[in-house]
Amino acid sequence: MNVSLGWLSELLGRELDASEVSHRLAMLGAPVEAIDELNQDLDDVIVGVVEKTERHPNADRLTLCHVNDGKAVHQVVCGAPNVREGAKYPYAAAGATLPGGLKLSARKIRGVVSNGMLCSALELGLGTDGDGIMELLTDAEPGTHLLDAMPLSDTRLDVEVTANRPDLLGHRGVARDLGAVYGVPVKLPAIRNAPPEGPASRQVTGSGTVGGVEVSVEDVEGCPRYMGAVIKGVTIGPSPTWLEARLRAIGARPINNVVDATNYILFELNQPMHAFDLNRLRGGKVIVRGAKPGERLTTLEGEDRALDPTMTMICDADGAIAVGGVMGGLNSEVTADTTDLFLECAYFDPKRLRRTRQALKMSTDASYRFERGTDPEAMDAALRRAVALIRAVAGGQEPEAAIDVYPTPLRSRAVFLRPQRVEHLLGVPVPVDEIERLLTSLGFAVAPKDDRLHVQIPGWRPDVTREVDLIEEIARLRGYDSFPVEMRAFRPSNVPSDVREAGKGRFRQALAGFGLNEARSYPLVDDTAEGSQRLANPLSAEESCLRTDLMTALRASAERNWDAKERDIRLFEIGTVFRARGAGVLPDEIQRVAAIVSGARVPPHWGESGKVSDYDLWDVEGLAETTLAMAGPEATLDPRDDGWVVVDAEGKERGWVGPVAADRPAWGAALFGFEMDLVVGAPDHVQYAEVPTTPSIERDIALVLPDTVSAAQIEASVRETAGALLDSLYIFDEYRGDAVKGRSVAWRLIFRSPGRTLRDKDADGAVERVLAGLKEQFNVERR
Amino acid sequence: MPDHPMHKQLEELAQAVGLIASTGADDLADLRTQLLGRKAGKLTHILRGLRNLDGDERREVGQRANQVKQQLEDAFATRQAALAAPDVAVGDLDLTMPGRLGWRGAIHPVTAVVDEICEIFREIGFTRVAGPEAETEEYNFVKLNIPLDHPAADEHDTFFLAGGEAGRREGGEWEPPGRLLLRTHTSPMQARTMEEYDPPIRIVVPGQVYRRDAFDPSHSPAFEQIEGLVVDEGVSFVDFKAGIDYFVKHFFSADTEVRFRPSFFPFTEPSAEVDVQCQMCKGDGCSTCKQTGFLEIMGAGMVHPAVFERCGIDEEKFTGYAFGMGPHRITMLRHGIPDIRMLYQNDMRFLNQFGGAS
Repeated sequence: MNVSLGWLSELLGRELDASEVSHRLAMLGAPVEAIDELNQDLDDVIVGVVEKTERHPNADRLTLCHVNDGKAVHQVVCGAPNVREGAKYPYAAAGATLPGGLKLSARKIRGVVSNGMLCSALELGLGTDGDGIMELLTDAEPGTHLLDAMPLSDTRLDVEVTANRPDLLGHRGVARDLGAVYGVPVKLPAIRNAPPEGPASRQVTGSGTVGGVEVSVEDVEGCPRYMGAVIKGVTIGPSPTWLEARLRAIGARPINNVVDATNYILFELNQPMHAFDLNRLRGGKVIVRGAKPGERLTTLEGEDRALDPTMTMICDADGAIAVGGVMGGLNSEVTADTTDLFLECAYFDPKRLRRTRQALKMSTDASYRFERGTDPEAMDAALRRAVALIRAVAGGQEPEAAIDVYPTPLRSRAVFLRPQRVEHLLGVPVPVDEIERLLTSLGFAVAPKDDRLHVQIPGWRPDVTREVDLIEEIARLRGYDSFPVEMRAFRPSNVPSDVREAGKGRFRQALAGFGLNEARSYPLVDDTAEGSQRLANPLSAEESCLRTDLMTALRASAERNWDAKERDIRLFEIGTVFRARGAGVLPDEIQRVAAIVSGARVPPHWGESGKVSDYDLWDVEGLAETTLAMAGPEATLDPRDDGWVVVDAEGKERGWVGPVAADRPAWGAALFGFEMDLVVGAPDHVQYAEVPTTPSIERDIALVLPDTVSAAQIEASVRETAGALLDSLYIFDEYRGDAVKGRSVAWRLIFRSPGRTLRDKDADGAVERVLAGLKEQFNVERR
Repeated sequence: MPDHPMHKQLEELAQAVGLIASTGADDLADLRTQLLGRKAGKLTHILRGLRNLDGDERREVGQRANQVKQQLEDAFATRQAALAAPDVAVGDLDLTMPGRLGWRGAIHPVTAVVDEICEIFREIGFTRVAGPEAETEEYNFVKLNIPLDHPAADEHDTFFLAGGEAGRREGGEWEPPGRLLLRTHTSPMQARTMEEYDPPIRIVVPGQVYRRDAFDPSHSPAFEQIEGLVVDEGVSFVDFKAGIDYFVKHFFSADTEVRFRPSFFPFTEPSAEVDVQCQMCKGDGCSTCKQTGFLEIMGAGMVHPAVFERCGIDEEKFTGYAFGMGPHRITMLRHGIPDIRMLYQNDMRFLNQFGGAS
């Protein structure tokens, strides 16, 4: 919300410094996002008096003006039709720079030298009027800086107002918070040329008349309080300079004196008002009711809107004239010809209003305030001030006191506060008299009752509903700074750490240790996967489902890396995938780990002349196996046609390992990967096995295997026949070529006895048994 | 007299050069005593026997014995030097040539920040837990004192799950657990934890959250968040400030200034916005902090009693504080990363930068 520093100064009756106020507001909970010094580009413009005018000798439409700038009289050529002798205008002399950077110099216009120019509001960035020069209604001496002569010098603060503080959407509310800090009261400035104040309003319960208009409220829930005043004989026209300047200072566009006056009250008191053209009200009635089915209204900005019965409408005898609290209708708008006004000042129910605003998909300065909650107790004063302001700037009379339809006055609210609870929550003692002083300075009425304080909540603070809200006020006003930073004793958490979180960390460290970078992929994907959980309101079709796997995104990452001419790709990701479980049920969330590798296995090194082999299938198999081993459960990798599947102890498939098909450029290396469920528990504690103290004996056997026999089959047979002395075995070579039929695979068998040193014959005997077994079982022989 | 037995003994002794060259450091001294010892060394023994020989023979054997003695001495010296020296003599090499490296994998910078934050809170007694990403309106909003007509609960800002609309009927009627959605913050775990565990509760909850924002340099529809919650008897605003201050001082630096400003969140009261001194300009004002010298890093506050009521905690007996912060943003600040999308693209050239000490 835009706040004028000048306006705040006036309300607080003291000079204010922009950066100091910004700091105060931040520490009160309303940070200032931006500070704009307004109209600083008008520094070169001064007040000039046109002492004499003459016809330009060479042009009918131009005037020669003799402009007094307080020091000398200058000849200035002016093309404006409204220039007249004796009047004051903004004068920019030769050498001055205008807004937008135009630097003036003395130059000839149609043969006559012009020393600078008299300026229009448009040229000075002060308005839209470019047809004539801007006549200044000021007592300032010629030569005075325009910024000093006119109320143009101001600072605009962009204040961030949280949703709970509607009162800060008006200057009085902001001033009130600041005033509580500065210790000064807020005083509304007197209205210039205000007529004597009229009589007090008349409160009625259902309906009543004012100035010949019959006002009734049918939708009391939507509009608990509705006030109306009638002003006759106004003259619509531009607002006085001070009023326009106030509105411009906060970035609002002046429209006409009546609308500007209601806007002024809105931004000052946070009470939206609406002025109807009295003579355009049909049937002399104003009725506040719910919209009828099928009813429509063309609102001020020209849009034809469909209404529904939950919306509170302002109507005349024939139909809707405004969407209550949101926007007026075109059919009752104040125009240049308007002479008589019906001025509305109302309180609309915030919840109902929010629904209306959402249904109509529109937001206005008024709706923004009503849906956050305006002050129903301050309406009478606001309406009186609005009437006075309109009469001051547009003339007119108020024939009759305003009507106030308020069937069930909203109860004023009170909250009990226990002083010891303040200390309990804030952690430091706050004396009762300080509590009273702080709350009172914000407008709360505090009275001790027993050992508690009875606190009356002012109408402008709908956010304060319970004790803790008052404690926040005390903390806020004392200043969060004032509380010590002091680490006090605490008890350990009763909530155990999630072992999965720590487990995931171990996986990440391990996979990064293998040289893979951790990836983080975007979890919303298109709807091509089976069983995916869809979103009801996706941003796009490409992001309409939750992912069911990690590999799709990793493969896309590989392709993006190839696009960037990156050949060496090593990525892993640990994340959640989702599976739909049907309507009305939350999807399954499964933790998974996936990895891809492609390109050089290690960085090239000169020691090998830069020759490096690429990752192959056996690298990814090993990576997957190591990952699987870390996961703990007795899962295995079972060979399939296109790689391996991860099978858990119950025989359930939990993932896969193998080559990955991708859109690979010719220069890219083969892509391999795996993806599996991440089963992480508390780490298993390794049980120590005795370290061997006896030496081992090795025997190598190279076997010629037909294609029908697998390495796993051979190993199983060897383990069975070798006997207890076989400690371990591994494959150390495979050969395929002309020298053998099928392939030759070489194993190294390691024999050991924990109790004694083996002799050669022990190992040889075992090898003989192994070979005999293999011959018998597979007809496989030594190469 | 080459066939004199002493010759044979000498030649046998000369063979010991090979033995010396393969003897370990521990046994070398013993071997020396055995061969060259003054009292009982084999060579000493031979030298002593010289006096029993005749002139020529004595000279001949003596010469040979001295040769062998020298050979053995040399062998011992060589062996001793070899044991003391590294295997490779590097003096002749160009040591500016690069070493043989392996790939260095990187933990994602966001993960690294998350882990570091959780570790710091662990030092002051917080345990780390995780919760579901798909949630109900009940847990995401209602139990946290966020009314369903609050702007935050809008279709505009929240992803709802298809098939999960059943919870809300037309006309605004609502039945728990309400519609299903992707959590908009990690705060539902506040409610879940308070329902499952009795105080004292001290937890941090990292995890992915979702908002219906289109991608731009500073927004992503999914991003990481870390929630914190403390509930116990007598937890006060002072404890809250101390806890957050501890984190900031340990995560940023001990001299980083922390600022607590009043703010508004439905689930905390009093609420605070926590600012830290801008890490770029150290508080002088720069474009990163919009000239304020401070950066907003978390929303926080004392747990609202309405939240306690809805989560079955006695709000008279217990108090607490909660906070939430965005590791993506903190990561971007820490590493000077200009665009949040880089944290989701898995570009090797980007990730490789984080392979060393980050």
